[in-house]
Amino acid sequence: MTQTQSDEIMKSRPRYGVLSYRPGSTHFIVADGEGGEAVQSLFAQAPEIATTAHIVYIPGANGTDLSAALETLGAAVFRKAPSYGAARQRIQKVLGDAHMGLQLYAAGTEGLIGQVQRDAVEAGLPHDALQTEQRGSLARRVQCVHCKGITENVTTDPFVCSHCGLNLFVRDHYSRRLAAFQGVCIDAEDPGEVPPAVERFK
Amino acid sequence: MSGASKIPAIVTEVVEVNSLIKRFRFVREDGGPMPGFSGGSHTVVEMEDDGRRRLNAYSLMSDPADRSGYEISVRRDDGGRGGSMFMHARVKPGMRMQISQPVNLFGLDLRAKKHLMIAGGIGITPFIAQMAQLDGLGGRFELHYAARDRELGAYMNELSARYGERVHRYYDTEGQAIDLPTLLKGQPLGTHLYVCGPKGMINWVLSTAQKQGWPKGALHSEEFLAPPVGEAFQVDLALSGVTVNVGATQSMLEAIEAAGIDAPYLCRGGACGQCECKVREAEGELLHYDHWLSDEQKEARSHIMPCVSRFKGSRLVIEL
Ligand code: FES
Repeated sequence: MTQTQSDEIMKSRPRYGVLSYRPGSTHFIVADGEGGEAVQSLFAQAPEIATTAHIVYIPGANGTDLSAALETLGAAVFRKAPSYGAARQRIQKVLGDAHMGLQLYAAGTEGLIGQVQRDAVEAGLPHDALQTEQRGSLARRVQCVHCKGITENVTTDPFVCSHCGLNLFVRDHYSRRLAAFQGVCIDAEDPGEVPPAVERFK
Repeated sequence: MSGASKIPAIVTEVVEVNSLIKRFRFVREDGGPMPGFSGGSHTVVEMEDDGRRRLNAYSLMSDPADRSGYEISVRRDDGGRGGSMFMHARVKPGMRMQISQPVNLFGLDLRAKKHLMIAGGIGITPFIAQMAQLDGLGGRFELHYAARDRELGAYMNELSARYGERVHRYYDTEGQAIDLPTLLKGQPLGTHLYVCGPKGMINWVLSTAQKQGWPKGALHSEEFLAPPVGEAFQVDLALSGVTVNVGATQSMLEAIEAAGIDAPYLCRGGACGQCECKVREAEGELLHYDHWLSDEQKEARSHIMPCVSRFKGSRLVIEL
Protein backbone atom coordinates (compact mmCIF):
# COMPACT_ATOMS: atom_id res chain seq x y z
CA MET A 1 0.00 0.00 0.00
CA THR A 2 1.26 3.44 -0.82
CA GLN A 3 -0.62 5.41 1.78
CA THR A 4 1.71 8.19 2.84
CA GLN A 5 2.08 10.04 6.12
CA SER A 6 3.34 13.55 6.61
CA ASP A 7 6.17 14.46 8.94
CA GLU A 8 5.28 17.05 11.57
CA ILE A 9 7.63 19.93 11.15
CA MET A 10 5.88 23.17 10.56
CA LYS A 11 2.45 24.37 11.58
CA SER A 12 1.40 25.19 8.05
CA ARG A 13 2.44 21.72 6.89
CA PRO A 14 -0.85 20.09 5.90
CA ARG A 15 -2.00 16.89 7.56
CA TYR A 16 -4.06 14.28 5.82
CA GLY A 17 -6.48 11.64 6.96
CA VAL A 18 -8.20 8.62 5.51
CA LEU A 19 -11.33 9.01 3.40
CA SER A 20 -14.40 7.89 5.25
CA TYR A 21 -18.04 7.97 4.26
CA ARG A 22 -20.05 10.84 5.72
CA PRO A 23 -23.76 11.18 5.12
CA GLY A 24 -24.63 13.83 2.60
CA SER A 25 -26.77 14.63 -0.41
CA THR A 26 -24.04 14.03 -3.01
CA HIS A 27 -20.44 12.85 -2.92
CA PHE A 28 -17.89 14.64 -5.05
CA ILE A 29 -14.55 12.84 -5.26
CA VAL A 30 -11.37 14.11 -6.92
CA ALA A 31 -8.33 11.83 -7.10
CA ASP A 32 -5.07 11.44 -8.95
CA GLY A 33 -2.61 8.55 -9.41
CA GLU A 34 -2.59 6.15 -6.46
CA GLY A 35 -5.37 8.22 -4.89
CA GLY A 36 -7.64 5.94 -6.92
CA GLU A 37 -6.93 3.22 -4.33
CA ALA A 38 -8.34 5.45 -1.59
CA VAL A 39 -11.49 5.90 -3.69
CA GLN A 40 -11.79 2.13 -4.05
CA SER A 41 -11.56 1.73 -0.25
CA LEU A 42 -14.16 4.43 0.22
CA PHE A 43 -16.58 2.59 -2.06
CA ALA A 44 -15.80 -0.72 -0.36
CA GLN A 45 -16.64 0.91 2.96
CA ALA A 46 -19.95 2.39 1.78
CA PRO A 47 -21.19 0.90 -1.51
CA GLU A 48 -24.37 3.02 -1.23
CA ILE A 49 -22.25 6.03 -2.09
CA ALA A 50 -22.26 5.06 -5.79
CA THR A 51 -25.69 6.36 -6.76
CA THR A 52 -24.87 9.89 -5.66
CA ALA A 53 -21.13 9.88 -6.38
CA HIS A 54 -19.29 12.00 -8.94
CA ILE A 55 -15.66 11.04 -9.52
CA VAL A 56 -13.02 13.07 -11.33
CA TYR A 57 -9.82 11.08 -11.82
CA ILE A 58 -6.46 12.24 -13.09
CA PRO A 59 -3.85 9.54 -13.89
CA GLY A 60 -0.60 10.12 -11.99
CA ALA A 61 2.39 12.01 -13.40
CA ASN A 62 4.34 8.79 -12.61
CA GLY A 63 2.15 6.81 -14.99
CA THR A 64 -0.23 5.24 -12.47
CA ASP A 65 -3.63 4.98 -14.12
CA LEU A 66 -6.45 3.31 -12.20
CA SER A 67 -9.25 4.68 -14.34
CA ALA A 68 -10.36 1.26 -15.62
CA ALA A 69 -10.86 0.01 -12.07
CA LEU A 70 -12.58 3.20 -10.95
CA GLU A 71 -14.98 3.10 -13.85
CA THR A 72 -16.32 -0.23 -12.64
CA LEU A 73 -17.27 1.23 -9.24
CA GLY A 74 -20.59 2.34 -10.66
CA ALA A 75 -20.45 6.01 -9.70
CA ALA A 76 -23.31 8.12 -11.06
CA VAL A 77 -20.72 10.22 -12.89
CA PHE A 78 -17.13 9.27 -13.75
CA ARG A 79 -14.78 11.57 -15.62
CA LYS A 80 -11.13 11.12 -16.48
CA ALA A 81 -8.96 14.19 -17.05
CA PRO A 82 -5.35 14.55 -18.16
CA SER A 83 -4.44 17.15 -15.50
CA TYR A 84 -5.90 19.19 -12.69
CA GLY A 85 -5.78 22.23 -14.92
CA ALA A 86 -7.93 20.44 -17.49
CA ALA A 87 -10.40 19.29 -14.83
CA ARG A 88 -10.55 22.53 -12.92
CA GLN A 89 -13.41 24.13 -14.81
CA ARG A 90 -15.58 21.08 -14.25
CA ILE A 91 -14.65 20.99 -10.56
CA GLN A 92 -15.48 24.66 -10.13
CA LYS A 93 -18.78 24.22 -11.97
CA VAL A 94 -19.81 21.25 -9.82
CA LEU A 95 -18.99 23.20 -6.66
CA GLY A 96 -20.70 26.33 -7.95
CA ASP A 97 -23.95 24.51 -8.71
CA ALA A 98 -24.02 22.36 -5.56
CA HIS A 99 -25.96 22.72 -2.35
CA MET A 100 -24.90 22.35 1.25
CA GLY A 101 -24.88 18.70 2.15
CA LEU A 102 -22.44 17.86 -0.63
CA GLN A 103 -19.50 15.83 0.68
CA LEU A 104 -16.13 16.56 -0.83
CA TYR A 105 -13.19 14.14 -0.96
CA ALA A 106 -9.67 14.47 -2.40
CA ALA A 107 -7.12 11.68 -2.60
CA GLY A 108 -3.69 11.36 -4.12
CA THR A 109 -0.74 13.69 -4.31
CA GLU A 110 -0.34 16.70 -2.13
CA GLY A 111 -0.49 18.96 -5.18
CA LEU A 112 -3.91 17.61 -6.12
CA ILE A 113 -5.28 17.76 -2.57
CA GLY A 114 -4.05 21.32 -2.15
CA GLN A 115 -5.70 22.44 -5.36
CA VAL A 116 -9.02 20.86 -4.43
CA GLN A 117 -8.74 22.54 -1.02
CA ARG A 118 -8.08 25.89 -2.66
CA ASP A 119 -11.06 25.56 -5.01
CA ALA A 120 -13.31 24.38 -2.14
CA VAL A 121 -12.40 27.42 -0.08
CA GLU A 122 -12.99 29.64 -3.10
CA ALA A 123 -16.44 28.09 -3.32
CA GLY A 124 -17.06 29.27 0.25
CA LEU A 125 -16.52 25.96 2.04
CA PRO A 126 -14.65 25.93 5.35
CA HIS A 127 -11.35 24.03 5.63
CA ASP A 128 -12.92 21.14 7.50
CA ALA A 129 -15.36 20.43 4.66
CA LEU A 130 -12.80 18.51 2.61
CA GLN A 131 -11.77 14.98 3.49
CA THR A 132 -8.29 14.15 2.30
CA GLU A 133 -6.06 11.14 1.91
CA GLN A 134 -2.51 11.36 0.64
CA ARG A 135 -1.49 8.47 -1.56
CA GLY A 136 1.31 7.81 -3.93
CA SER A 137 4.01 10.21 -4.89
CA LEU A 138 5.17 12.72 -2.31
CA ALA A 139 6.04 15.13 -5.10
CA ARG A 140 5.43 18.72 -4.13
CA ARG A 141 3.97 21.72 -5.85
CA VAL A 142 6.40 24.52 -5.06
CA GLN A 143 6.23 28.24 -5.58
CA CYS A 144 9.50 30.09 -6.16
CA VAL A 145 9.42 33.04 -3.76
CA HIS A 146 11.60 35.02 -6.17
CA CYS A 147 9.80 34.79 -9.51
CA LYS A 148 6.47 33.46 -8.10
CA GLY A 149 6.43 30.70 -10.73
CA ILE A 150 5.03 27.34 -9.65
CA THR A 151 6.87 24.11 -10.43
CA GLU A 152 4.76 20.97 -10.28
CA ASN A 153 5.90 17.50 -9.17
CA VAL A 154 9.11 18.51 -7.44
CA THR A 155 10.82 15.40 -6.09
CA THR A 156 14.28 16.64 -5.19
CA ASP A 157 15.67 19.21 -2.81
CA PRO A 158 17.17 21.49 -3.92
CA PHE A 159 15.72 21.77 -7.41
CA VAL A 160 15.93 24.21 -10.27
CA CYS A 161 12.97 26.58 -10.64
CA SER A 162 11.30 25.78 -13.94
CA HIS A 163 10.58 29.46 -14.48
CA CYS A 164 13.62 31.52 -13.44
CA GLY A 165 16.27 28.83 -13.11
CA LEU A 166 17.34 29.63 -9.54
CA ASN A 167 18.44 26.77 -7.28
CA LEU A 168 15.63 26.43 -4.74
CA PHE A 169 15.56 24.88 -1.29
CA VAL A 170 12.10 23.36 -0.57
CA ARG A 171 10.65 24.51 2.73
CA ASP A 172 7.80 22.93 4.70
CA HIS A 173 6.15 26.33 4.74
CA TYR A 174 2.83 25.78 2.93
CA SER A 175 0.30 28.22 1.49
CA ARG A 176 -3.31 27.09 1.35
CA ARG A 177 -4.20 29.96 -0.94
CA LEU A 178 -1.59 28.93 -3.52
CA ALA A 179 -1.77 25.24 -2.66
CA ALA A 180 2.03 25.20 -2.80
CA PHE A 181 5.16 24.90 -0.70
CA GLN A 182 7.71 27.66 -0.63
CA GLY A 183 10.99 27.41 -2.53
CA VAL A 184 13.84 29.74 -1.55
CA CYS A 185 17.13 30.37 -3.35
CA ILE A 186 19.79 28.22 -1.70
CA ASP A 187 22.92 29.84 -3.13
CA ALA A 188 22.07 33.54 -2.90
CA GLU A 189 25.14 34.37 -0.79
CA ASP A 190 27.63 32.11 -2.55
CA PRO A 191 26.31 31.66 -6.08
CA GLY A 192 27.08 28.25 -7.40
CA GLU A 193 27.53 26.62 -3.99
CA VAL A 194 24.64 24.24 -4.31
CA PRO A 195 24.49 21.06 -2.26
CA PRO A 196 23.73 17.94 -4.31
CA ALA A 197 20.03 17.38 -5.00
CA VAL A 198 18.50 14.65 -2.84
CA GLU A 199 15.33 12.83 -3.78
CA ARG A 200 13.23 13.80 -0.75
CA PHE A 201 9.70 13.67 -2.16
CA LYS A 202 9.46 10.44 -4.05
CA MET B 1 -5.80 40.42 31.89
CA SER B 2 -9.22 40.68 33.46
CA GLY B 3 -11.79 41.72 30.91
CA ALA B 4 -11.47 43.93 27.87
CA SER B 5 -10.52 47.51 28.79
CA LYS B 6 -13.33 49.79 29.86
CA ILE B 7 -15.04 52.71 28.20
CA PRO B 8 -16.62 55.32 30.47
CA ALA B 9 -20.04 55.91 28.90
CA ILE B 10 -23.29 57.80 29.36
CA VAL B 11 -26.72 56.33 28.72
CA THR B 12 -28.47 58.62 26.26
CA GLU B 13 -31.62 56.67 25.46
CA VAL B 14 -33.76 54.05 27.10
CA VAL B 15 -36.58 52.80 24.88
CA GLU B 16 -39.28 50.36 25.84
CA VAL B 17 -39.45 48.06 22.83
CA ASN B 18 -42.18 45.83 24.25
CA SER B 19 -43.36 44.56 27.61
CA LEU B 20 -40.16 42.55 28.15
CA ILE B 21 -37.46 44.29 26.14
CA LYS B 22 -35.75 47.65 26.57
CA ARG B 23 -33.15 49.19 24.33
CA PHE B 24 -30.25 51.28 25.67
CA ARG B 25 -27.91 53.61 23.85
CA PHE B 26 -24.46 54.49 25.17
CA VAL B 27 -22.12 57.25 24.05
CA ARG B 28 -18.63 57.96 25.31
CA GLU B 29 -18.37 60.22 28.28
CA ASP B 30 -15.56 62.16 26.57
CA GLY B 31 -17.70 62.66 23.45
CA GLY B 32 -15.26 60.75 21.21
CA PRO B 33 -16.13 58.00 18.75
CA MET B 34 -16.67 54.48 20.01
CA PRO B 35 -14.16 51.80 18.94
CA GLY B 36 -15.11 50.08 15.70
CA PHE B 37 -16.66 46.65 15.95
CA SER B 38 -17.88 43.85 13.71
CA GLY B 39 -21.38 42.38 13.76
CA GLY B 40 -21.79 39.71 16.43
CA SER B 41 -19.70 41.56 19.03
CA HIS B 42 -20.81 42.05 22.59
CA THR B 43 -19.94 44.49 25.34
CA VAL B 44 -19.83 43.77 29.05
CA VAL B 45 -21.92 46.30 30.99
CA GLU B 46 -20.87 47.02 34.55
CA MET B 47 -23.68 47.66 37.03
CA GLU B 48 -23.28 48.98 40.55
CA ASP B 49 -26.24 47.37 42.25
CA ASP B 50 -26.17 48.62 45.86
CA GLY B 51 -22.65 47.48 46.55
CA ARG B 52 -22.90 44.40 44.37
CA ARG B 53 -21.02 44.67 41.10
CA ARG B 54 -22.74 42.96 38.20
CA LEU B 55 -21.12 42.40 34.84
CA ASN B 56 -23.37 41.21 32.03
CA ALA B 57 -22.51 40.70 28.37
CA TYR B 58 -24.94 42.03 25.75
CA SER B 59 -24.69 41.86 21.96
CA LEU B 60 -24.21 45.15 20.17
CA MET B 61 -27.14 45.68 17.84
CA SER B 62 -26.35 49.07 16.36
CA ASP B 63 -24.89 49.52 12.89
CA PRO B 64 -21.16 48.78 13.03
CA ALA B 65 -20.66 51.76 10.72
CA ASP B 66 -22.09 54.08 13.38
CA ARG B 67 -19.25 55.04 15.71
CA SER B 68 -21.28 57.66 17.59
CA GLY B 69 -22.68 55.16 20.07
CA TYR B 70 -23.53 51.57 20.92
CA GLU B 71 -26.97 50.06 21.34
CA ILE B 72 -28.03 46.92 23.19
CA SER B 73 -31.38 45.33 23.93
CA VAL B 74 -32.08 43.67 27.25
CA ARG B 75 -34.83 41.17 27.89
CA ARG B 76 -36.09 41.27 31.46
CA ASP B 77 -35.64 37.91 33.11
CA ASP B 78 -37.77 37.94 36.25
CA GLY B 79 -36.37 34.62 37.43
CA GLY B 80 -32.76 35.55 36.67
CA ARG B 81 -29.99 36.72 38.93
CA GLY B 82 -30.90 40.36 38.72
CA GLY B 83 -28.74 41.97 36.02
CA SER B 84 -31.56 42.39 33.52
CA MET B 85 -33.89 43.61 36.29
CA PHE B 86 -31.31 46.23 37.21
CA MET B 87 -31.06 47.37 33.61
CA HIS B 88 -34.82 47.65 33.36
CA ALA B 89 -35.58 49.25 36.71
CA ARG B 90 -32.58 51.43 37.44
CA VAL B 91 -30.86 52.50 34.26
CA LYS B 92 -32.09 55.90 33.08
CA PRO B 93 -30.90 58.39 30.47
CA GLY B 94 -28.03 60.50 31.77
CA MET B 95 -26.59 57.71 33.92
CA ARG B 96 -22.86 57.08 33.77
CA MET B 97 -21.81 53.47 33.33
CA GLN B 98 -18.67 51.52 32.42
CA ILE B 99 -18.90 49.30 29.39
CA SER B 100 -16.14 47.13 27.95
CA GLN B 101 -14.47 47.36 24.58
CA PRO B 102 -16.33 45.14 22.13
CA VAL B 103 -15.33 41.49 21.86
CA ASN B 104 -16.54 39.26 19.05
CA LEU B 105 -17.08 35.54 19.61
CA PHE B 106 -19.79 35.29 16.96
CA GLY B 107 -18.27 36.95 13.93
CA LEU B 108 -19.33 36.51 10.34
CA ASP B 109 -17.10 34.40 8.14
CA LEU B 110 -16.80 36.79 5.24
CA ARG B 111 -15.49 34.06 2.94
CA ALA B 112 -19.02 32.62 2.88
CA LYS B 113 -21.03 32.87 -0.32
CA LYS B 114 -24.19 33.37 1.70
CA HIS B 115 -25.07 33.90 5.35
CA LEU B 116 -28.11 32.07 6.71
CA MET B 117 -29.20 33.45 10.08
CA ILE B 118 -31.61 31.82 12.48
CA ALA B 119 -32.77 33.81 15.50
CA GLY B 120 -35.01 32.95 18.41
CA GLY B 121 -36.44 35.73 20.55
CA ILE B 122 -33.88 38.17 21.94
CA GLY B 123 -31.23 36.19 20.03
CA ILE B 124 -32.04 38.59 17.20
CA THR B 125 -29.72 41.32 18.50
CA PRO B 126 -26.32 40.23 17.10
CA PHE B 127 -27.97 39.66 13.71
CA ILE B 128 -29.24 43.24 13.56
CA ALA B 129 -25.62 44.46 13.60
CA GLN B 130 -24.49 41.68 11.23
CA MET B 131 -27.19 42.46 8.68
CA ALA B 132 -26.29 46.14 8.72
CA GLN B 133 -22.65 45.14 8.16
CA LEU B 134 -23.48 42.75 5.31
CA ASP B 135 -25.86 45.21 3.72
CA GLY B 136 -23.04 47.75 3.63
CA LEU B 137 -20.67 45.20 2.09
CA GLY B 138 -23.22 43.91 -0.41
CA GLY B 139 -23.12 40.45 1.22
CA ARG B 140 -25.86 37.92 0.62
CA PHE B 141 -27.93 36.98 3.66
CA GLU B 142 -31.27 35.64 4.78
CA LEU B 143 -32.82 35.85 8.24
CA HIS B 144 -35.28 33.42 9.79
CA TYR B 145 -36.57 34.89 13.02
CA ALA B 146 -38.95 33.12 15.39
CA ALA B 147 -40.66 34.75 18.36
CA ARG B 148 -43.44 33.76 20.68
CA ASP B 149 -45.99 36.25 19.34
CA ARG B 150 -46.31 39.52 17.43
CA GLU B 151 -45.94 41.60 20.55
CA LEU B 152 -42.66 39.95 21.56
CA GLY B 153 -41.17 39.83 18.08
CA ALA B 154 -38.92 42.79 18.72
CA TYR B 155 -37.78 44.70 15.63
CA MET B 156 -39.56 42.35 13.22
CA ASN B 157 -41.38 45.13 11.39
CA GLU B 158 -38.33 47.38 11.16
CA LEU B 159 -36.22 44.52 9.82
CA SER B 160 -38.82 43.55 7.24
CA ALA B 161 -39.12 47.15 6.15
CA ARG B 162 -35.37 47.46 5.78
CA TYR B 163 -34.50 44.10 4.23
CA GLY B 164 -37.79 42.99 2.64
CA GLU B 165 -37.81 39.42 1.30
CA ARG B 166 -34.62 38.55 3.09
CA VAL B 167 -36.47 38.51 6.42
CA HIS B 168 -38.72 35.54 7.24
CA ARG B 169 -40.87 35.76 10.36
CA TYR B 170 -42.41 33.01 12.48
CA TYR B 171 -44.79 33.37 15.44
CA ASP B 172 -45.14 30.37 17.77
CA THR B 173 -48.64 31.36 18.89
CA GLU B 174 -49.81 31.35 15.29
CA GLY B 175 -48.47 27.87 14.78
CA GLN B 176 -45.67 28.95 12.47
CA ALA B 177 -42.38 27.10 12.63
CA ILE B 178 -39.24 27.10 10.55
CA ASP B 179 -39.20 24.14 8.14
CA LEU B 180 -35.57 23.56 8.93
CA PRO B 181 -34.79 20.39 6.94
CA THR B 182 -36.13 21.95 3.74
CA LEU B 183 -34.50 25.29 4.44
CA LEU B 184 -31.09 23.71 5.00
CA LYS B 185 -31.33 21.42 1.99
CA GLY B 186 -31.86 24.30 -0.39
CA GLN B 187 -28.80 26.32 0.58
CA PRO B 188 -26.13 26.91 -2.04
CA LEU B 189 -22.67 25.49 -1.42
CA GLY B 190 -20.59 27.95 0.57
CA THR B 191 -23.44 29.00 2.86
CA HIS B 192 -22.56 29.58 6.50
CA LEU B 193 -25.20 29.09 9.16
CA TYR B 194 -25.52 31.27 12.26
CA VAL B 195 -27.91 30.59 15.10
CA CYS B 196 -28.59 32.57 18.26
CA GLY B 197 -31.42 31.95 20.69
CA PRO B 198 -32.46 29.52 23.39
CA LYS B 199 -30.44 26.38 23.98
CA GLY B 200 -33.09 24.03 22.58
CA MET B 201 -33.22 25.93 19.33
CA ILE B 202 -29.44 26.01 18.95
CA ASN B 203 -29.18 22.26 19.52
CA TRP B 204 -31.98 21.56 17.05
CA VAL B 205 -30.45 23.73 14.33
CA LEU B 206 -26.89 22.44 14.76
CA SER B 207 -27.86 18.78 14.96
CA THR B 208 -30.15 19.02 11.92
CA ALA B 209 -27.39 20.67 9.91
CA GLN B 210 -24.83 18.07 10.95
CA LYS B 211 -27.19 15.27 10.04
CA GLN B 212 -27.53 16.81 6.60
CA GLY B 213 -23.77 16.81 6.18
CA TRP B 214 -22.93 20.45 6.86
CA PRO B 215 -19.28 20.82 7.86
CA LYS B 216 -18.68 22.08 11.41
CA GLY B 217 -16.69 25.02 10.10
CA ALA B 218 -19.82 26.42 8.44
CA LEU B 219 -21.83 26.36 11.67
CA HIS B 220 -21.75 29.24 14.12
CA SER B 221 -23.77 29.66 17.27
CA GLU B 222 -24.03 31.92 20.25
CA GLU B 223 -26.01 31.18 23.32
CA PHE B 224 -26.62 33.71 26.03
CA LEU B 225 -25.35 31.76 28.97
CA ALA B 226 -26.18 33.36 32.24
CA PRO B 227 -24.34 31.83 35.17
CA PRO B 228 -26.80 29.38 36.67
CA VAL B 229 -27.89 29.71 40.26
CA GLY B 230 -27.13 26.74 42.47
CA GLU B 231 -25.99 25.78 45.93
CA ALA B 232 -23.42 27.79 47.82
CA PHE B 233 -19.91 26.30 47.96
CA GLN B 234 -16.33 27.10 48.93
CA VAL B 235 -13.29 27.32 46.71
CA ASP B 236 -9.63 27.59 47.71
CA LEU B 237 -7.44 29.67 45.43
CA ALA B 238 -4.06 27.98 45.62
CA LEU B 239 -1.93 30.79 44.17
CA SER B 240 -3.60 33.65 46.03
CA GLY B 241 -3.87 31.65 49.25
CA VAL B 242 -7.48 32.70 49.78
CA THR B 243 -10.67 30.78 50.46
CA VAL B 244 -13.76 32.20 48.81
CA ASN B 245 -17.40 31.54 49.61
CA VAL B 246 -19.60 31.41 46.53
CA GLY B 247 -23.21 32.35 47.21
CA ALA B 248 -26.17 30.56 45.65
CA THR B 249 -26.94 33.35 43.16
CA GLN B 250 -23.34 34.36 42.66
CA SER B 251 -20.97 32.91 40.08
CA MET B 252 -17.57 31.62 41.19
CA LEU B 253 -15.96 34.41 39.17
CA GLU B 254 -18.08 37.06 40.88
CA ALA B 255 -17.23 35.68 44.31
CA ILE B 256 -13.52 35.65 43.45
CA GLU B 257 -13.73 39.26 42.26
CA ALA B 258 -15.67 40.26 45.37
CA ALA B 259 -12.78 38.85 47.42
CA GLY B 260 -10.53 41.40 45.71
CA ILE B 261 -8.80 39.02 43.31
CA ASP B 262 -8.31 40.09 39.73
CA ALA B 263 -9.26 36.97 37.78
CA PRO B 264 -9.14 36.77 33.98
CA TYR B 265 -12.38 36.89 32.00
CA LEU B 266 -13.79 38.16 28.74
CA CYS B 267 -17.30 36.92 27.96
CA ARG B 268 -18.51 35.80 31.40
CA GLY B 269 -20.70 33.31 29.57
CA GLY B 270 -18.61 30.16 29.22
CA ALA B 271 -17.73 30.76 25.58
CA CYS B 272 -14.40 32.54 25.19
CA GLY B 273 -12.06 30.39 27.28
CA GLN B 274 -10.37 33.32 28.97
CA CYS B 275 -11.26 32.36 32.55
CA GLU B 276 -10.08 28.72 32.26
CA CYS B 277 -8.59 27.54 35.52
CA LYS B 278 -6.70 24.38 36.45
CA VAL B 279 -8.25 22.26 39.14
CA ARG B 280 -5.76 21.02 41.76
CA GLU B 281 -8.08 19.11 44.00
CA ALA B 282 -11.75 18.34 43.85
CA GLU B 283 -13.53 16.21 46.40
CA GLY B 284 -16.97 16.32 44.93
CA GLU B 285 -18.65 17.08 41.65
CA LEU B 286 -17.56 19.72 39.18
CA LEU B 287 -20.72 21.19 37.63
CA HIS B 288 -19.61 22.31 34.17
CA TYR B 289 -21.93 24.68 32.32
CA ASP B 290 -19.53 26.13 29.75
CA HIS B 291 -19.19 25.62 25.99
CA TRP B 292 -15.44 25.81 26.15
CA LEU B 293 -13.86 22.74 27.76
CA SER B 294 -13.70 19.57 25.71
CA ASP B 295 -15.49 16.48 26.95
CA GLU B 296 -12.09 14.93 27.67
CA GLN B 297 -11.13 17.89 29.87
CA LYS B 298 -14.43 17.67 31.69
CA GLU B 299 -14.00 13.97 32.20
CA ALA B 300 -10.44 14.39 33.42
CA ARG B 301 -11.70 16.93 35.98
CA SER B 302 -8.61 18.95 35.16
CA HIS B 303 -10.12 22.36 34.42
CA ILE B 304 -13.06 24.57 35.30
CA MET B 305 -14.55 27.81 33.96
CA PRO B 306 -15.34 30.00 36.98
CA CYS B 307 -17.62 32.37 35.03
CA VAL B 308 -20.44 29.81 34.76
CA SER B 309 -19.47 26.53 36.39
CA ARG B 310 -20.09 25.47 39.94
CA PHE B 311 -19.08 22.82 42.45
CA LYS B 312 -20.82 20.48 44.80
CA GLY B 313 -18.73 18.73 47.41
CA SER B 314 -16.41 19.13 50.33
CA ARG B 315 -13.26 20.60 48.83
CA LEU B 316 -12.26 22.43 45.65
CA VAL B 317 -8.80 23.90 45.03
CA ILE B 318 -8.08 25.80 41.83
CA GLU B 319 -4.93 27.40 40.46
CA LEU B 320 -5.62 31.08 40.74
S1 FES C 1 -15.01 34.40 30.78
FE1 FES C 1 -15.34 33.57 28.82
S2 FES C 1 -15.42 31.46 29.27
FE2 FES C 1 -15.33 32.34 31.21
